[in-house]
Amino acid sequence: MTLSSTEAAPAATPNAERVDRIRAAAQRIRHHALNMGEVQGQGYVGQALGAADMLAAVYGDQLTFRPGDPHWEGRDRFLLSTGHYAIGHYAALAEAGIVPVSELETYGSDDSRLPMSGMSTYTPGMEISGGSLGHGLTIAVGMALGLRAQGSASRVINFLSDGELDEGSTWEAAMGAHHHQLGNLTALVDINALQADGATDTVLRTEPVTEKWEAFGWYTQRVDGNDVGALLAAFDNIAAVAGPVGRPSVILCDTKVGRGVPLLETREKAHFMRIEEHEWQICREQLTAGYGRTASA
Amino acid sequence: MSTTVATAKPKLKTSAMIASFADPGQKTTPAPFGHALVKAAHDNGKIVGLTADLGKYTDMHIFAKAFPERFFQMGMAEQLLLGAAAGLAETGLIPFASTYSVFAARRAYDFLCLDIAEPNLNVNIVGGLPGLTTGYGPSHQATEDMAIFRGMPNLTIVDPCDSVDIEQAVPQLAASEGPTYLRLLRGNVPTVLDEYDYTFELGKAKVLRGGNDVVFVSSGLMTMRALQAADALAKHNVDVAVVHTPTIKPFDAETVLAELNTDRLAVTLENHTVVGGLFETVASAVVTAGLGKRVVPIALPDRFLDAGALPTLHERYGLSVDKIVAKVLAELG
Repeated sequence: MTLSSTEAAPAATPNAERVDRIRAAAQRIRHHALNMGEVQGQGYVGQALGAADMLAAVYGDQLTFRPGDPHWEGRDRFLLSTGHYAIGHYAALAEAGIVPVSELETYGSDDSRLPMSGMSTYTPGMEISGGSLGHGLTIAVGMALGLRAQGSASRVINFLSDGELDEGSTWEAAMGAHHHQLGNLTALVDINALQADGATDTVLRTEPVTEKWEAFGWYTQRVDGNDVGALLAAFDNIAAVAGPVGRPSVILCDTKVGRGVPLLETREKAHFMRIEEHEWQICREQLTAGYGRTASA
Repeated sequence: MSTTVATAKPKLKTSAMIASFADPGQKTTPAPFGHALVKAAHDNGKIVGLTADLGKYTDMHIFAKAFPERFFQMGMAEQLLLGAAAGLAETGLIPFASTYSVFAARRAYDFLCLDIAEPNLNVNIVGGLPGLTTGYGPSHQATEDMAIFRGMPNLTIVDPCDSVDIEQAVPQLAASEGPTYLRLLRGNVPTVLDEYDYTFELGKAKVLRGGNDVVFVSSGLMTMRALQAADALAKHNVDVAVVHTPTIKPFDAETVLAELNTDRLAVTLENHTVVGGLFETVASAVVTAGLGKRVVPIALPDRFLDAGALPTLHERYGLSVDKIVAKVLAELG
């Protein structure tokens, strides 16, 4: 794990049981995503596989919520800004017990509660309608302000992508969060280095990303977003410094599109990945085989 | 040896950012929006205010001073302003978010549309300098704000005439579900409708006066001009009715069509481009109802407007009382 922050981080190492539990959840999220993708024959499977560890850490380790009461006002808020990552989010909501696993196969179908791009009006546990990129962090700023103003201890976690760093509104929100000292706000940036027209560094260079967030006043950490131990440690570091009033926190997560499935990891990177009908079973088998090999002792 | 003869230069008419459209000596009320919001906030603890570096210019500073802990300055960042307003509403608060109409409608449209209108949140957008209420030119003149906003589902659009409308509208906007857009009149705002048997009701048009020859359908500050023009036309023995439609959407077609379904000359008056505003709202109601009725628009032209002093521009673009009177007399032949 790379710690790039101006603040000294506590040297805490998450214990193996906790890491294994989240890794197992991430593995189930990946399997759900492949199954959903197969029903549609397409979908943002590559992104879901890449972000599965982040989503598992958030839902399995960080968020306070009541599965049967998704609107419980004491809940932490998780805002999916990247609407097209909904396939991964639905899998995480199933893992969290908010959406039945049996419903996942309706993903993207007519009249489903699980549309291709995530919308709050459709899905329990979906806080906002993402999709028009660059919105999530602005809404998160308002939620964090509103919760704090009403004396709530709830946190707001906004998931966004490195592509959204192209949007000026993201930086308006980054400034606003720091100005208002929203210590109850955490941004999770999935840096998969890929956007619709190609590799991020060929579309619009966003690096140096770490220095940008630090310059905007955020408590900034950059980690391997597919390393569950590193993710949990980063969250622990935030817990050690965060309060309702203070610097907002960001975890910059370098991830790999298609993570866990070599067939997809090595395929030419594409925002919308094509997977042939016969390949889905190969993907599942590779995912299962790979998990066994990399499981921690 | 030549001598220079000093000649007094004629005093130039200049454009002020916050120009008043009140007539000299007219009764006005200071900052009606700001004071109404403070009053509403005393009654409703959920009301909060935010602005994008335009608190002083949208009368939001009155609220900020009264409720500093319920006011949020978002900086000159209109996308953040409306995204954050959505987030505040998601936590159960009732935000009033102020900026200039041009920025709400043009710059931050996507945030209002997707983050506020689609989830139908109770966020109240307060837009300063609607239509032609500044001489600064197209950067500040929101001549097409209603045209932009009318296509947005769920959004209620209010175009108040005066301080009476604003004072009565604010608590109703806070109480109504879903998002609203208020075309703000700020500073010393004319007080006109207290002379009439009138109360503002969200979603309702009101007949302010009857008349046998002409029927005016107007909104915003043009209702003030319509009433003045009606008085002036009386001197020409023209009897004019005035129907005030402060809620542009949803539109009270029933009240308006009942007035238009006569053989009187029908005229719409609006502080907005002739495209996509009150005139087209009325025209579509007329056509939908199957009335074969001609309607004459008094509105801003479909072009980017000049910079200059407001009285000059209102005269140039036909919003002045004199121009209204002349247009009606010409129509009547």
